[in-house]
Amino acid sequence: MSIMLTENLSFEENDASVLNVPYNGRAGDMVCNNRTHSVAVIEKTRQDWVPEMIRIRETKDQAAFAALFQHFAPRVKSFLMKSGASEPLAEEVTQEAMATLWHKADLFDPTRASVSTWIFTIARNRKIDALRKQRRPEPEDLTWGPEAEPDQEDVVVLQQETEQLGIALAGLPEKQRELIERAYFGDLSHSEIAEQTGLPLGTIKSRIRLALERMRHAMK
Amino acid sequence: MSQIKHHLNDSLLMAYSAGTLPEAFNLIVATHISMCDDCRARMHSFDAVGGAMLDNGDTVQMHDDSLDATLKLISTGPKDQIRMAPKVSECSVLPQPLQDYVGGGLDDVRWRSVGMGVKQAILRTSKQATVRLLYIPAGSAMPDHGHNGTELTLVLQGAFQDESDRFGVGDIEIADQDMEHTPVAVGDQACICLAATDARLRFNGLVPRIAQPFLRI
Repeated sequence: MSIMLTENLSFEENDASVLNVPYNGRAGDMVCNNRTHSVAVIEKTRQDWVPEMIRIRETKDQAAFAALFQHFAPRVKSFLMKSGASEPLAEEVTQEAMATLWHKADLFDPTRASVSTWIFTIARNRKIDALRKQRRPEPEDLTWGPEAEPDQEDVVVLQQETEQLGIALAGLPEKQRELIERAYFGDLSHSEIAEQTGLPLGTIKSRIRLALERMRHAMK
Repeated sequence: MSQIKHHLNDSLLMAYSAGTLPEAFNLIVATHISMCDDCRARMHSFDAVGGAMLDNGDTVQMHDDSLDATLKLISTGPKDQIRMAPKVSECSVLPQPLQDYVGGGLDDVRWRSVGMGVKQAILRTSKQATVRLLYIPAGSAMPDHGHNGTELTLVLQGAFQDESDRFGVGDIEIADQDMEHTPVAVGDQACICLAATDARLRFNGLVPRIAQPFLRI
């Protein structure tokens, strides 16, 4: 138990300076400048794809769609193949998912989800539909729709949190990251992961729990 | 619904987010989240983890003509409706995802008596797991259906009490096969629950169907 805590603390300390960089950029117009600066500090600053999504939503911009497609389609296809789809099926379902992204673009709300999260949920639902032939019950009132004019501040905060999550994920020990990836992408239950990896179920559960705890700490 | 005490655990929320649960479990998770803001917020976090995994994940090359094919697909219009127009029922007991499966509100449930005043209605889902609505008169015990795998029980009306605790509206009990319990409906209202059972073991095992006649699965 004490080892776990020590690990968590050192993890936080190591990353504190990195995680503070985007936080400094919260106030108003300086955000963009600071984000540019932070590229130098954090090599990993990612494109957030929000402007492209907005252009698809507002003006049906095919060039913006092509850019999103180039980045996300190969990732969605990989996700589907890891989930058990054959190459031709993964290709087909990826095209469907990307078409869904276009048709549902007006439901995208950058204050509620990052573009990668939104695409993940679309791809996941297509996966359940096409690979597992099941319906996907969704919670009530989950509209994803903009209820009011999106607050720019909220958009920035959410994108920063997304970036921090990406860094936290990348900072996980390889074994923990791999297990989380399998839980998400491998279409495997914890006990099936146990069979594949030969790890006892208790170990898998505690590793996944530890990984989630670490990510939570990193997000605070 | 601030009085909810018993929530979904990380395993279930993560599997719901990953899309790896059987449909019956997805339904009970979606129904609980409809009643529970805490779990809804946690679900969004797990979706965000999925998004980050996707963004950081491996790639597999798309075909050369993929983008053109997708644009062509787009020009044919949406494959399905953006959202199923939900039948707005005035039912205050069944949240929306459950109404979709019942085909209406509580009055539309096709109950079957299983004896002692207890009624059930099995909802149609994929076969990996089963989900049913249970109606237990106040003071009566829930039938013992000897779960072979994981069983989730979500209270929609009234309350039940077992050896571990009291479960009120919105509470979900997560029980595994080792758990021995005899839940009893308490309070002055009948207890209505949604119960999902992992049925794989039952179907793969040697226990013949006839051994559990009241399950009707």
